[in-house]
Amino acid sequence: MSAADAAAPAPVTPSANRRRRPRAVVVAVVLLVLLLAVSLLAATIGAAGIPFHRLLPALGLGGTADPATFARDQLVLWSIRIPRIAIAAMIGALLAMSGAIMQGLFRNPLADPALVGVASGGAFAAAFTIVILDNAIAPNAAAKAFELLPLAAFFGSLVTTLLLYRIASREGRTSVAIFLLSGLAIAALANAGIGLLIFMADDRQLRDITFWLLGSLGGATWSKAGLLVPFVAGAAVAMPFIARGLDVLVLGESEAFHTGINVERLKIICIVLVSAMTGAAVAICGVIGFVGIVVPHLLRLAIGPGHRLLLPASALFGAALMVFADTFARVLAAPAEIPVGILTATIGAPFFLYVLLRQRALVGS
Amino acid sequence: MTAAIEVASVGMRIKRATLLDGINLSVRPGETVAIVGPNGAGKSTLLRILSGDMTPSTGSVLLQGAPLKSYSADRLAARRAVLSQHVNISFPFTVEEVVRMGAGEMARAKAQPLVDATLGEIGLNAFRDRELPTLSGGEQQRAHFARVLLQLAVGEAKHGPGVLLLDEPTSSLDLRYQINLVEIGKRRATTGTAVIAILHDLNLAARFADRVVVLHRGRLAATGTPRETITNVMLRDVFEVETNVDLIAGPLPHVLPQAMQAV
Repeated sequence: MSAADAAAPAPVTPSANRRRRPRAVVVAVVLLVLLLAVSLLAATIGAAGIPFHRLLPALGLGGTADPATFARDQLVLWSIRIPRIAIAAMIGALLAMSGAIMQGLFRNPLADPALVGVASGGAFAAAFTIVILDNAIAPNAAAKAFELLPLAAFFGSLVTTLLLYRIASREGRTSVAIFLLSGLAIAALANAGIGLLIFMADDRQLRDITFWLLGSLGGATWSKAGLLVPFVAGAAVAMPFIARGLDVLVLGESEAFHTGINVERLKIICIVLVSAMTGAAVAICGVIGFVGIVVPHLLRLAIGPGHRLLLPASALFGAALMVFADTFARVLAAPAEIPVGILTATIGAPFFLYVLLRQRALVGS
Repeated sequence: MTAAIEVASVGMRIKRATLLDGINLSVRPGETVAIVGPNGAGKSTLLRILSGDMTPSTGSVLLQGAPLKSYSADRLAARRAVLSQHVNISFPFTVEEVVRMGAGEMARAKAQPLVDATLGEIGLNAFRDRELPTLSGGEQQRAHFARVLLQLAVGEAKHGPGVLLLDEPTSSLDLRYQINLVEIGKRRATTGTAVIAILHDLNLAARFADRVVVLHRGRLAATGTPRETITNVMLRDVFEVETNVDLIAGPLPHVLPQAMQAV
């Protein structure tokens, strides 16, 4: 043994905290199976129960149909239950992805569009449309619901996100405390605005706003589902292009630039994406919080923080979770429905506190 | 020969404060340059201008003969790599994942041998599956150094020798890895990379650098070999300490704490 060998300390073999990542294919298969299973379960449960042995024939997937119930089953499935499952899945995917993107953008696992006022900003803009613009465009009420509301919610979310970014980021660094507190202030402002609009609203508008603010998937239709499709598709197309940038952005804005990322462009893409996805979700079903925190956080524990896998996995897991939560909301107080936003907040808020306490170091105390 | 990187009459003013004034510096391929100076001398500002983070108020910066501003972020990243002083990450990426970020768009299978080689060179093989936030400051700094070296290697494979910029790369490292880092920097220079490092330890700077650049209050106070720049006069004028750098015989100056006295 040479002197140099003797001088070098034996390499330490750190066994603690070793991380081996599961393969992407395995993750995708597991989550797809989960989503499918939850969706099938959701299809069987409801005011008109459709047990499994009647589900397959009604879906047109074979098996022998019972002529006594076949027509009714088919009607319930195709005009009520499946559009609702589709909307729940897409909303869950949008919320979870926008949460994951926002967390990457702000380098902060506690970011969530609903929590920091982005959803409230969208909700305010949408409520404004319902109350103020209602009188102006009353003859075209149908057009309003399907075109103007999502557009208004998107711009409301966009303005809020930009504002939040301006306030919380300085010289490429984002203070977590300032971020959360300013988000709280923005949410309070938006909610005050919504309160004012509720005060001004007439009875019919009031019912529209309140029902929708609670965050419910009731009243799902195919046309609403169709409205969400371009947003989900757009996010799916954009994901691979922002994944590497978001990974490197974790190091900081300067470092991301050093590594070859056009940081300004990445930030703009992310802000527009988050606003569009949150706005679309808010326009359809109001403010549903915490999905964007819970889903990416659990996934990071299982598959690691790399966005190439985290973003699509968030979409699938968010979809499955939302379908499950919505089914739960439908049966918990049947025949009444609990708004699913209340359910996600009940589970999500304690979860948020748990993450916050674990991340105490980040908040700087 | 075209300079690897060159600044001419560079000045930097923010509001009323002059951070840099009239800086001229041209670094050849394969040259090792140490930037030294007291706190607030403008070292980090100069490095941020060289890296493209900041645009100087006056003067020009040329990278391989072309204005730095003319490079897009990804073209720049293929020709110069930067190790920042403090990098904190809040997500549990492993050491290997962080190092792989240096490979940019390169396919994972193609990058893997380079990742392995770099981890080996920095002595991080045993840590590759550890989550970065669980490591000590020095271990994290080494992981980021590995990431930056990988970026440099990937760029140099395509475009030839590049520029390596290091901002106080040894600040969290123990003695062994300080020397290790300096040796790796010098090794890169032998293959044509221009290596520019901000160093606080003047003895380490003397061991590392072909040329030492002394900054004082935003101006170039001295530039030359370690022998020419790390002198008793410079230490008194710039660092405000009285000392004798020739207490130990040899080709390099030695700055001994025992021999120092604040002016």
